[in-house]
Amino acid sequence: MSKWHFITDGFVKNNPTFVLVLGMCPTLATTTSAINGLEMGLATMFVLILSNIVISLIAPKVPDKVRIPVYITVIATFVTVLQLLMQAYTPAAYETLGLFIPLIVVNCIVLGRAEGFANKHGVGESALDGIGVGLGFTASLTVIGLVREILGSGSAFGWKFIPGDGILAFVMAPGAFLVLGFLMVLFNKYLAKK
Amino acid sequence: MEYFLIIVSAIFVNNILLAQFLGICPFLGVSSRLSTATGMSGAVCFVITLATVVTYLLNQYVLVPLGLTFLQTISFILVIAALVQMVEIILKKISPSLYQALGIFLPLITTNCAVLGVAITVVTKDFAFGGAAPHMLNLGQATVYALATSLGYGLAMCLFAGLREHLAGCDVPKAFRGLPIALITVGIMALAFLGFSGIV
Repeated sequence: MSKWHFITDGFVKNNPTFVLVLGMCPTLATTTSAINGLEMGLATMFVLILSNIVISLIAPKVPDKVRIPVYITVIATFVTVLQLLMQAYTPAAYETLGLFIPLIVVNCIVLGRAEGFANKHGVGESALDGIGVGLGFTASLTVIGLVREILGSGSAFGWKFIPGDGILAFVMAPGAFLVLGFLMVLFNKYLAKK
Repeated sequence: MEYFLIIVSAIFVNNILLAQFLGICPFLGVSSRLSTATGMSGAVCFVITLATVVTYLLNQYVLVPLGLTFLQTISFILVIAALVQMVEIILKKISPSLYQALGIFLPLITTNCAVLGVAITVVTKDFAFGGAAPHMLNLGQATVYALATSLGYGLAMCLFAGLREHLAGCDVPKAFRGLPIALITVGIMALAFLGFSGIV
């Protein structure tokens, strides 16, 4: 029970999007709809959990000077695994997310957790941390995607409930920045611990 | 003509920051002062162009002939990391003043997704300019594309840094302070850049 907080921390206290402000590029680029946001979040979580586990296992044996290249190689390996799996089983999602799947390698969340958590903690805790931060990231992306989808095309998770075209700008680039900005304001005001 | 279209498209229409969302983290991180923003833009410009040329050649002459294109992600990131390290060492030796100006930004660039993003884009995406049939870029076009993209990065970065310097003196509501107001400002800038869409 005492380890429960590793998972819940990822949602509010260490929320990767609204508190740590990491991994902004996929957050802005792939949240054109709630489903896309959800898929991107899950893809990142996959890499995060596996790389956290492996890095926590090898960290004691890696010389300090070469640790960053080693971590990046581990992360890049799991990203390649993910790319091959997605090409095989979810080709539609692989097409939509496109460039941002290989770019998980340079997502600061993954390297940030490797450097900030996994190399100092045990395997179990690192796996839980990966799940927690991954879920937090997925939740934030889904919420941003949902808001943009409702405003931009009048639907939620593909279910259209507002007739008409919606405000197209919210599906395009400017909407991403505006929605994230205003959601961050709400997060600061109501959820963040002072 | 095609080179001109590539340049206009990469700088204005498909601006890497405001339309493609690559390299946002350093953009938000170092854009609070104009001087650091120009330093970062210079370093990014240099590394993106160099990295794109090297990874393009690596892809064309090593990965494709050997059927190893699935190793693109992992090999490109290692090449970029090594390249950044090398640039740092060379700069330190031959131009200490430039190293002073760009030095602190160089290690940050390895994890700037704009570098990997451009490198992957030029070897995987088909481009179509001015009614021509979609085709892969050749080496010259890829180099121009990389250079123009990074100039677009610098342009957006410096414009935003200028705005942010003014913003620093404004009385912003508490919940909006820091990043939220910055993101909303970028949103409005992106709206302005949307006006360029359709010209190429």
